[in-house]
Amino acid sequence: MKLIDALWKDAPLATRREITPKLGFLLTVLLAIVWLIPFLWMGVATLRPASDGINLMAELMPSLKPTLDNIRDAWEIGDFPRYALNTTIICTGILLVQFFTITLAGFAFARLDFAGKSLIFYLFLMQLMLVPVLLIVPNLRIIAQFGLYDTLAGVMMPFFASAFGTFLMRQAFEAIPTELEDAALIDGASLFQRIRHIYVPLSMPSFSAFAIISVTSHWNDFLWPLMVINSPDKRPLTVGLSVFTATAEGTQAWGTIAAGTLMVIAPLLITFLIFQKRFISSFVTSGIK
Amino acid sequence: MRSISRRDEMSLAEPAALPVAASAAPRLHVLKRFSDRFKASLPAYLLLLPSLVFLALFTYGAIGRVFIDALYQRATPKAPVRFVGLDNISAVLADPAFTGAVVNNLVYAVGTAIPSIGLALLFALALSRTNAVSSALRAALFLPVLIPMVAASALFLFIFLPNVGLLDHYIGRLLPVLPNWLGDSDIALYAIMVITVWKNAGYYMLFFLAGLQAVPEDVMEAAHLDGAGPFMRFRHIILPELKPTFLFVIVIATLNAVTQVDHVFVMTKGGPSNSTNLVLFYIYQQAVEHYDIGKASAATLLTLAALMGLTALSFRTMANREGGP
Repeated sequence: MKLIDALWKDAPLATRREITPKLGFLLTVLLAIVWLIPFLWMGVATLRPASDGINLMAELMPSLKPTLDNIRDAWEIGDFPRYALNTTIICTGILLVQFFTITLAGFAFARLDFAGKSLIFYLFLMQLMLVPVLLIVPNLRIIAQFGLYDTLAGVMMPFFASAFGTFLMRQAFEAIPTELEDAALIDGASLFQRIRHIYVPLSMPSFSAFAIISVTSHWNDFLWPLMVINSPDKRPLTVGLSVFTATAEGTQAWGTIAAGTLMVIAPLLITFLIFQKRFISSFVTSGIK
Repeated sequence: MRSISRRDEMSLAEPAALPVAASAAPRLHVLKRFSDRFKASLPAYLLLLPSLVFLALFTYGAIGRVFIDALYQRATPKAPVRFVGLDNISAVLADPAFTGAVVNNLVYAVGTAIPSIGLALLFALALSRTNAVSSALRAALFLPVLIPMVAASALFLFIFLPNVGLLDHYIGRLLPVLPNWLGDSDIALYAIMVITVWKNAGYYMLFFLAGLQAVPEDVMEAAHLDGAGPFMRFRHIILPELKPTFLFVIVIATLNAVTQVDHVFVMTKGGPSNSTNLVLFYIYQQAVEHYDIGKASAATLLTLAALMGLTALSFRTMANREGGP
């Protein structure tokens, strides 16, 4: 009770005695615990020795004889370093090209006046609704026509333009005072020099917000790489994990599945725990990616 | 008053065009104005070009491709394509697997949107005050948002495992009969929905947290002094303030219900007996498993048409949010 009082000490004095908000808070605490149970099980099951047998597999109390065998098995069965490398290449490749396209397009919308501006603006806006994942079938045909079937470049290409990123950069660039640009203009700076040396350095928070959204969403992409990639050595983490799970499920090796899952999500979870505030604020701006 | 300010806006947008309009010869002038305008616009077009190329290929080109592919069909996988008109569309509409997937998808959309939005609102209301405890709880509720759907599915495969799985191990004792969560065609879709709610509630919570910051504290206090209890304040102050947030979150939740099908692939492959088949998974099956590009395109086209309806509804909301051109 004391703890709850402490949590409400900044509430308006008169409402502090109300009971409903506190019940809601308690319910949320219970649900947050429920929300964490799958992660808890993943950790406990990863460290549980195979000798505990299948009937103890669901036990959330950690085993007294923890072992790293499951992690070793997962590491040996699944080709996780290779999958991780492929995912890293895909996410980095997409992000670098996106930085280029969204900076230029964002600047055009923020600072330039041109014929057909509304029309082009709506062409971008529509992309937010026509999410690429719906267009997997035609996009696969286009990728195949380019000879990019079963290549990492084929996985990346449909995401090179980003309406969300363009709008984010437009917003960031509009907030930069034009006086700065005028000064550079007088000094004879070209358009690209002004973007490179004035707009980009001053918009770093928006770039990092976009990077967080872009990397997490492509790190987690599944159906599209599943369709484009055929060779086992080009699978990203998600496709690799699904194949690994299907294999290990057959032998009821749940400890190994937990270990494999842990390896796939650990990089994201660690990065999140370090940059928690930044992640949360980026996701608020994301809405539709 | 209003018309004057409107004029001002226009002349700001096209500074050179308006004053000249009265003087030059009409025909020449139109051409000249057009080429001047194009010349002035050229830098912007060059900057937009890289983005437009990819939009043209993978958004608008892809839509064109769907329209064309939906009109053609092969008799056998190796036979040449021939024009079949609307046959693919009618074949898809007559396919019980597709209509079943549409019904499943509607149940899935409503059954995931309502609980996850309701929970998200509860979480946001409970955790709107910033302190160490509520930040930790927010982080806990947000964790599922970050991980791939495939990873969530791998964990829930065990949770729903009959007899020895987490769910049966802990709550199974309370039930008279243990259902086979993913193997029973009456239950499997709801089991799939649980994962989606678990994964998305924390995401929608963020939008409600942001929306709640717009609720003025002094109005809440004044309402309290006037004798409004927590429910009255929620109903008459908080809810109206959150209306735009609700609209926005509903659009995202609907989009997610159509586009998130990774767990169907990993956990059930649409089964048992198509009870968890969703539209996007049906499209995937037609294209990849049956090599039927015609039917897959026809189904894509129908889904796009349905989403366009939603777009029309939400377009204004989104345009306002992005601030207009």
